[in-house]
Amino acid sequence: MSESSQASAWSVREALDRDSLHEQYAEHDQQRESAKLGMWVFLATEVMFFGGMITGYIAYRDAYPAAFRAGSVHMLFMAGTLNTAILISASLFVALAVHAAQLGERKTLVWFLSIAMFLGVCFLSIKGYEYYEHWVDHKVPGPSFQWDGPDPRHAEMFFVLYFFLTGFHALHMVIGVSILAFIVYFAARGRYTPEYHNPVENAALYWHFVDIVWIFLYPMLYLIGHKHV
Amino acid sequence: MATTGQLEVTGYDDFINAKSGIKSWLFTTDHKRIALLYLTSITFMFFIGALFALIIRLELLTPKGDLVQADTYNKMFTMHGLVMIFFFLIPSIPAVLGNFLIPLMIGAKDVAFPKLNLLSWYIYDVGAIMFIYTILTGGLDTGWTFYTPLSTSFVTSSVVVGALAIFVVGFSSILTSLNFIVTVHRLRAPGMTWGRLPLFVWASYATAVIIVLGTPLIAISMALVALERIFGIGFFDPLLGGDPLLFQHLFWFYSHPAVYVMILPGMGVISEIMTCFSRKRVFGYKSMALAILGIAVFGFLVWAHHMFVAGISVYSALVFSFLSYLVAVPSAIKVFNWTATMYRGSVYLLTPMLYALAFIGLFTIGGMTGLFLASLGIDVHVTDTYFVVAHFHYIMVGGMVTAFMGGMHFWWPKISGRMYPEGWGKVAAAIMFIGFNLTFFPQFILGYVGMNRRYWEYASQFQVLNVLSTAGASVLGIGYLLPLGYFAWSLRYGARAGNNPWNAAGLEWTVPSPPATHNFDVTPVVTSEAYDYDQLPKDIVVPREASVVGE
Amino acid sequence: MFPLWPTAASTISGEVDALYLFLISVTSAVTLAVLCLIVVFIFRYRHSKHPVADQVSGSVPLEITWSLVPLGIFMIFFVWGATIYVAEATPPKDSLQIYVVAKQWMWKIEHEEGQREINTLHVPMNRDVRLTMISQDVIHSFWVPEFRVKADVLPGRYTTLWFRANRPGKYNLFCSEYCGTMHSGMIGKVVVMDPVKFQAWLTGGGEMGSFAATGQKLFQELGCTSCHRFDTQGRGPNLVGVYGKPVLLDDGSTVIADDAYVRESILNPGAQIVAGFKPIMPSFQGIVTEDQLLSLIAYVKSLATPEEQEPVSNRPPVPKTAGGTEVQ
Repeated sequence: MSESSQASAWSVREALDRDSLHEQYAEHDQQRESAKLGMWVFLATEVMFFGGMITGYIAYRDAYPAAFRAGSVHMLFMAGTLNTAILISASLFVALAVHAAQLGERKTLVWFLSIAMFLGVCFLSIKGYEYYEHWVDHKVPGPSFQWDGPDPRHAEMFFVLYFFLTGFHALHMVIGVSILAFIVYFAARGRYTPEYHNPVENAALYWHFVDIVWIFLYPMLYLIGHKHV
Repeated sequence: MATTGQLEVTGYDDFINAKSGIKSWLFTTDHKRIALLYLTSITFMFFIGALFALIIRLELLTPKGDLVQADTYNKMFTMHGLVMIFFFLIPSIPAVLGNFLIPLMIGAKDVAFPKLNLLSWYIYDVGAIMFIYTILTGGLDTGWTFYTPLSTSFVTSSVVVGALAIFVVGFSSILTSLNFIVTVHRLRAPGMTWGRLPLFVWASYATAVIIVLGTPLIAISMALVALERIFGIGFFDPLLGGDPLLFQHLFWFYSHPAVYVMILPGMGVISEIMTCFSRKRVFGYKSMALAILGIAVFGFLVWAHHMFVAGISVYSALVFSFLSYLVAVPSAIKVFNWTATMYRGSVYLLTPMLYALAFIGLFTIGGMTGLFLASLGIDVHVTDTYFVVAHFHYIMVGGMVTAFMGGMHFWWPKISGRMYPEGWGKVAAAIMFIGFNLTFFPQFILGYVGMNRRYWEYASQFQVLNVLSTAGASVLGIGYLLPLGYFAWSLRYGARAGNNPWNAAGLEWTVPSPPATHNFDVTPVVTSEAYDYDQLPKDIVVPREASVVGE
Repeated sequence: MFPLWPTAASTISGEVDALYLFLISVTSAVTLAVLCLIVVFIFRYRHSKHPVADQVSGSVPLEITWSLVPLGIFMIFFVWGATIYVAEATPPKDSLQIYVVAKQWMWKIEHEEGQREINTLHVPMNRDVRLTMISQDVIHSFWVPEFRVKADVLPGRYTTLWFRANRPGKYNLFCSEYCGTMHSGMIGKVVVMDPVKFQAWLTGGGEMGSFAATGQKLFQELGCTSCHRFDTQGRGPNLVGVYGKPVLLDDGSTVIADDAYVRESILNPGAQIVAGFKPIMPSFQGIVTEDQLLSLIAYVKSLATPEEQEPVSNRPPVPKTAGGTEVQ
């Protein structure tokens, strides 16, 4: 076990007290590993959740490839690409934040998580802007949908999938940003040390998962029709 | 409630008496208390589901629809199915017996995430309240299967709230399963290797894995139906190029594994009972564990056998029929192994054993009729008829509920510290068995001869068999009400159980009844295999006298 | 008193019943064997008689046997059932074609000769009959228990069912997919007639003319003829000889012009464009009903020439209608 860095004033023993050993556990290691396994199992359920919708996407795209390509052309390519870069950067900062936590560098930890949160909020803002543009452009499915190409019904289906997939993803982004907010709060108060920073790692796992979902969504939605590709 | 008599005898605080007051129960993190909280909720929901069943069977006494209107009848069978499946069968054994027993069986003091465990129960209650709200605001008449576009574009009942209720209660089981998986992986006592786990733990673990992987699919199916209704956009609407069959695939991808979620814990219970009441190791422990895993894995590969006439390709149908036969093999192995467990054993026909034997008989019949349904040529004729209804009730009620009752009787002494009255136990088991067969066996005949399921009115030549079925249902109802009565009676007047009234194997029987809140004073170290009945007393001596009447 | 078995009224009924009886025999035998074994064990090894258990805990050869033997038996169930299913999925080529449109809560049946029925289906005995079915609203299912055949009827897509009735009589038709309030009332009768009587019945009520003639009339009323001319000058393809043959699309792929293709071409013409033509055909979604679509399909079918596909000529061939009227 490394010593706490100079950034943290807590001693190892006090840090262990922070991480109280719950009654059903025999050792801290066991407790920590359990929390991590729990998060991985939860992420498995999330994979299946998005997997269901992605299955729907695959089914409909296979049936109506031309309409889906045409729909994809209406995506805001720059916004989506920028968002992808933003999200990947955010994940980088989260990963670096975990590293800082492992080294006990409190200030770095707080900064990096805050940057990641900020990037997350940027992502959501850009997404909100995209949704607004789609609304103005009459591309929101429902009574206001307008399409002047061939095959309007199937083009609308593309947009149904777009809004469902990115909508659920955005919901998970909001949850992810909120979780990071909690972690930042506790990190600022010196709660995490090299010996105990489990919540940081688990929060990072969740964040990375939400990022990976986007890595799937971006090509599925933005790249299949675009002239740039 | 049981008072401090036990304290005087053993000098410990059992989990029931450790803390008192409603708040100590509603904010508990003790897995045993949470198990009892669940028992209360699911029993309540069971009665609601049973009420719907009663109305169905009363209506079906006559061919014409003369008890309730068509729309009402359609709501009855829809909500009977939804309540029984999502609010009773799926949580029952895992949330009640699993919660209570898994930490005890593996030598742990609690589950991995006790607070999450309590949260699971609250989420269940939210889902249940949402569903009751659905019932009270017009009900649901989509069929429990919610097929589109009927559910998305045509019915006017409370689909959105109902679908979201299912969405919510799904999360309850996901979190419980997450807890069980981590618990079994990480909290086993020293020496409790995977190869020494009781089969109930194996079954609960496999069930938890299915739930974790499958439930999100019902969540997304329900969410999409709700979104389609709320926003008026057609994900499954053919007018938009949507495919109603996509809904069926997404729905059944969960709902088929769900039936294994329902039966596997029951199978785990049966293994515990059969071994104890044959005073023997289980026959073929390894195969039994592998069969459990095999059922879980193959259970994910067969969903489209619910869609043989739905418009899938012939090629798909052939594949799914074939796979459905593969999944039947591990179930058959289990039945043979249970039977072989009795071979050269020393059999006691006490109430839990009667339920276990009933399970084997009824599950076998249910499983055999599954072989009929897996055969494409037969399925075309009997799908959507009472043949299917009989098949799944044999497995769900004859199998699962019977196992639940058997498990409740087997572990009642451990949970409450009291013995139920054995004589009444046998009577109730027999009544249940007779009532059950009378209710559901005629339905196999009805199905093949031409009676559809979900029919408010039916052709008059089917009446005799329907009357038989309804008669059976009343008998079955009595069989289920009796235990409620004598379990309650036993809390006050039942004989004190002691640690191990059955002289059973398993760590849960090494601690007092009821157990202390922290389960074990000292973490056990396990050195023997599961079901080491050669190390235990040969006899079962059931405590019969109540030590102090009324106290 | 009450029926225990449905009558066998189609050529497949007997096969399905045979498989069913086989399944009953085998599963009953095995179930009985297991139950007997259980009863024997309960008695022979009851505690009072057998106080000490012998810890027999496994036998790999035995377990392998009782895994493989059931698997083998299951494969028989599978293959036999599959054979029946494949046969049921393969309507013979010269089947009598009848159209079914299901809606909440009735069955609309249309014969090619023009006869329309509601909730009753007249068919000739000993003749292969193929039903092409579609729903106007939700999923229904067409089931005749005495024929042992069933198929779901879907909105937005044609499904087919075929049978050969071999016993005269009136048989129940039941909707077999829950479809709302009067699902249990969506029932009817299939009337199996002597073939001669059937012919008489068929020609007895066709004042409306054949189904294809109805479609032809609609084809003109809807203005299809303005683009789909019977020469090469049309803005749309000439439809003579198109049905059942491959069609080259503008993206290079080929599809067969079957019922589904024709239907989709009318409702969503932009989805698939024929090579060499512009995507200018308007959609008729919401303008034509499923019944009308089927009549249009029947008409297009009737434009199929019996010979090999020939180069398009300036004069249209006479479509096969009962009335024999010529097209424009």
